[in-house]
Amino acid sequence: MTPSYVSTRNPCKLCAPFGATLAFLGLEGCIPLLHGSQGCSTYIRRYMIGHFREPVDVASSNFHEQAAIFGGKSNLAEAIFNVVKQYQPRVIGIATTCLAETIGDDVGMILRELSSKAGNVDLPALVHASTPSYHGCDAEGYHAAIRAMVDQLAGNQPGADHLALFPGMLSSEDLRYLRDLVEDFELPVIMLSDYADRLDGPTWDTFHRIPKGGTPLEQLYRLGGARTCLELTSIYEPARTGGGLLADRFGVRHVRLPMPIGVKLTDRFTRELEAISGRSLPYRHAAERGRLIDSYVDAHKYVFDKRAVLFGHEDLVVSLSAFLAEVGMIPALIASGGGNAGRLRRAVLSAAPELEGHTRILGGVDFAEIEEAAVQVQADLLIGSSNGYRLSRQLGVPLVRVGLPIHDRLGAARVMHVGYRGTQQLFDRIVNALLEARQDGDPTGYTHM
Amino acid sequence: MSSPKKPDIETVREDLLRKYPTKVARKRAGQIVINRKTEEGVPPEIKANIRTVPGIITQRGCCYAGCKGVVLGPTRDIVNITHGPIGCGFYSWLTRRNQTDPGPDGENFMTYCFSTDMQDEQIIFGGEKKLAAAIQEAYDLFHPKAIAVFSTCPVGLIGDDVHQVCKSMQEKLNINCFGFSCEGYKGVSQSAGHHIANNQLFKHVIGRNDTPPEGKYKITLMGEYNIGGDAFVIEELLDKCGITLVSTFSGNSTISAFERAHTADLNCVMCHRSINYVADMIEKKYGVPWIKVNFIGTESTAKSLRKIAEYFGDPKLSEQVETVIAEEIEATEPIRQEIHERCQDKLAMLFVGGSRAHHYQDLFAEIGMKTLAAGYEFAHRDDYEGRRVLPSITIDADSRNIEELAVEADPDKYSPRKSEQELADLIQNGMPVKGYEGMMSQMEEETLVIDDISHWESERLIELYKPAVFCAGIKEKYAIQKMCVPSKQLHSYDYGGPYAGFAGAVNFWRDIDRMVGARVWTYIQAPWQKQDYPALEAELVHTGSSEC
Repeated sequence: MTPSYVSTRNPCKLCAPFGATLAFLGLEGCIPLLHGSQGCSTYIRRYMIGHFREPVDVASSNFHEQAAIFGGKSNLAEAIFNVVKQYQPRVIGIATTCLAETIGDDVGMILRELSSKAGNVDLPALVHASTPSYHGCDAEGYHAAIRAMVDQLAGNQPGADHLALFPGMLSSEDLRYLRDLVEDFELPVIMLSDYADRLDGPTWDTFHRIPKGGTPLEQLYRLGGARTCLELTSIYEPARTGGGLLADRFGVRHVRLPMPIGVKLTDRFTRELEAISGRSLPYRHAAERGRLIDSYVDAHKYVFDKRAVLFGHEDLVVSLSAFLAEVGMIPALIASGGGNAGRLRRAVLSAAPELEGHTRILGGVDFAEIEEAAVQVQADLLIGSSNGYRLSRQLGVPLVRVGLPIHDRLGAARVMHVGYRGTQQLFDRIVNALLEARQDGDPTGYTHM
Repeated sequence: MSSPKKPDIETVREDLLRKYPTKVARKRAGQIVINRKTEEGVPPEIKANIRTVPGIITQRGCCYAGCKGVVLGPTRDIVNITHGPIGCGFYSWLTRRNQTDPGPDGENFMTYCFSTDMQDEQIIFGGEKKLAAAIQEAYDLFHPKAIAVFSTCPVGLIGDDVHQVCKSMQEKLNINCFGFSCEGYKGVSQSAGHHIANNQLFKHVIGRNDTPPEGKYKITLMGEYNIGGDAFVIEELLDKCGITLVSTFSGNSTISAFERAHTADLNCVMCHRSINYVADMIEKKYGVPWIKVNFIGTESTAKSLRKIAEYFGDPKLSEQVETVIAEEIEATEPIRQEIHERCQDKLAMLFVGGSRAHHYQDLFAEIGMKTLAAGYEFAHRDDYEGRRVLPSITIDADSRNIEELAVEADPDKYSPRKSEQELADLIQNGMPVKGYEGMMSQMEEETLVIDDISHWESERLIELYKPAVFCAGIKEKYAIQKMCVPSKQLHSYDYGGPYAGFAGAVNFWRDIDRMVGARVWTYIQAPWQKQDYPALEAELVHTGSSEC
């Protein structure tokens, strides 16, 4: 049994405002603004840029001592006006930090007052989420921001019969792929939030104060008319997600699915798309599915019974576990810094019941605890973020980098996880990591593996 | 290839200010200055170390970042515990690239991130108990020589007394345990955090061990943080010269070295901003003078070594220093000349830190590159204009909140290393005892100096000037490169380095040479290569400078 430590040593989670910032970056023309001291914006920008290698603008209300004592109302107003003047954003996404939350600033009220006093200043859309970092992790912040967008921006404007897709915290390439996949079913889609292009864009041949891309506000105004909302989470309850609120407020049919990783979970996702669209799986995706299964067959001898340690965001590790289970690998240790072991266990065993009794599941843990547990499970490889590198060195087993953060490899935004295509890439990487380890560790140096 | 054009400097300044609301523009006007010195060489006044306006996207970090990340971060044998919610600890975990050499068996806690990971419960009921338990836990796990605790924003608000907790844990565990009230909202930048960190080191650590190390010429290096291994290079150089390094603040450092720092006979200050006040305090309390040095650039390195030798006044040392310099220059000079051919007259901009924007100009100058604009992220007026302005710096509410220690000569340990007369003579001969002329004094006339440059201003400057290289940090890097201008990270060195000393200079020149000449830029059409380049209304002057 892992001892329960007081302090968190080498965390396996980020703070809530990070997730909210990421969600806001997926709105077209949005500048995220953190209500708190400037260090939060700076740290979060710094970290996000390290992962995406793209420009990230995050404003701050720059609390100093007085604001911390007397409240941050005037700082927030000033910040909003200055952001408007410099960037002319279409929307400002405001997330609170632990500082603003501790002193109890009522951001909603401040914004209402501001809007009524704005006079002839043309204010952009303002949306705010409550994201104290002493509560939950980055995934919580992400969902809080998505829910806030639905709460404060979604409308029921006519003219749409689309699918609302709430993908969760995935890579830019995942988001691009999901959009293509859904559109191949000839389903119009509104994806919230879509930071694919903003956080993985081309070089500029013209100046952009705010990089292109993101979900347009107009689409949010029509969101309430969606025929179905597909939300990719098996962890977050409808009471805490954007999809749940969309269902409550606009009566939109709400379907929660685990992130589609592996054949089984992707089948669940595409079957849902078939049902909604009335079309069968388009040929090129059926072909991708076929190739994926073919590769499972080709490589079963390499992966069968291989033991993996998984760590990262709960929704990601849940789906990764189901995928590993279906190829005959054993996710011997499934860990996440967020949440608690109870909810993670329920979600894992619901997605992959065959894992019952074959895995150890740790929720709300740090890398110190993951390391202690990992040395017990005779792992053949690790699957998780760059922060698992230390463990990889310690155990002498490869690390397949997935999720966020990946700050020691190029192309974090282009790492794929979902769908038949994403699974294929992931599977190839996993198999090749195992082969490479075997080859490197072998004295003969075989070149046929 | 386009023919880049350089716009008129006054017009650029006005352009940068035009976008701001009147009040903000007025404030920024004091921080965006054209370097026009008087006949005596006195630079114009610049507003610095003042608050960033809310909503202006700044490079600056917070007090906690300066305290935990910069000053204490590089010391390997202190267990650093962040008292607060998880974000602050996470973001400061191995993100600064300071290196350390613990040796085969040495302690190194730098790869760890310890946090009390405060939850709702601690915010409501207080976090002192959890902090005490976390300190106990760190002690049980590692038995370190010292434990330091760093406060984040909520800690000050909920009223946790970290100092009291540390004091009682120190008594209980019988190790040095000290806390820092470095809440993120304090001060105007990380500079406040440096000050808070250094004050505590001065109070709790320096002076605890009076046994000096062996060595004839004993110095400390202050404000050198061993980014990319810079301190290793300097250590090796000093060693070759026969100079003993008692302690470095705080690159490649240990708490034991800090404890006897006052046994050195000279303090050498690299980053004036982050530590000059500690050098002052050590001089007052222990009688050790300090000089400003700079080991960035071959000429500056040679000059700094010569100054140290001259201070000790031993011809043998001077001889050895000259031998070392001659050897090193012989190796670096051909490389410098070759790169100079390719890089000369290209333009550089540097917006970073509290000393780097100054020091790195030397490296650029050595390969013929011109600094067109520069500024610091968190420096004060004295770092720009020189220490002569110290008496005239206004103390505002933000600086008043940072404790100024009252220091007196230690009745037992004060021992002036040089007499008043000796010091006066050294100064007379050009030795910068307690002296720093600042960045602007060295910069050319009609260059642009911008304090706390905003994200928006950086982008606009690039748009207008298209420099050959823009030095900043990772936050700016990718926005700059989107516009076809290479960006050199001077915080992390783009994970390269070292750049200090002679060997480091070669690394830097090579990196810059490769960067500005990289083939990738030919695949990109820069915004200003398009017909509809949004020019300023002012007259454009052709300079034929940078290429893209």
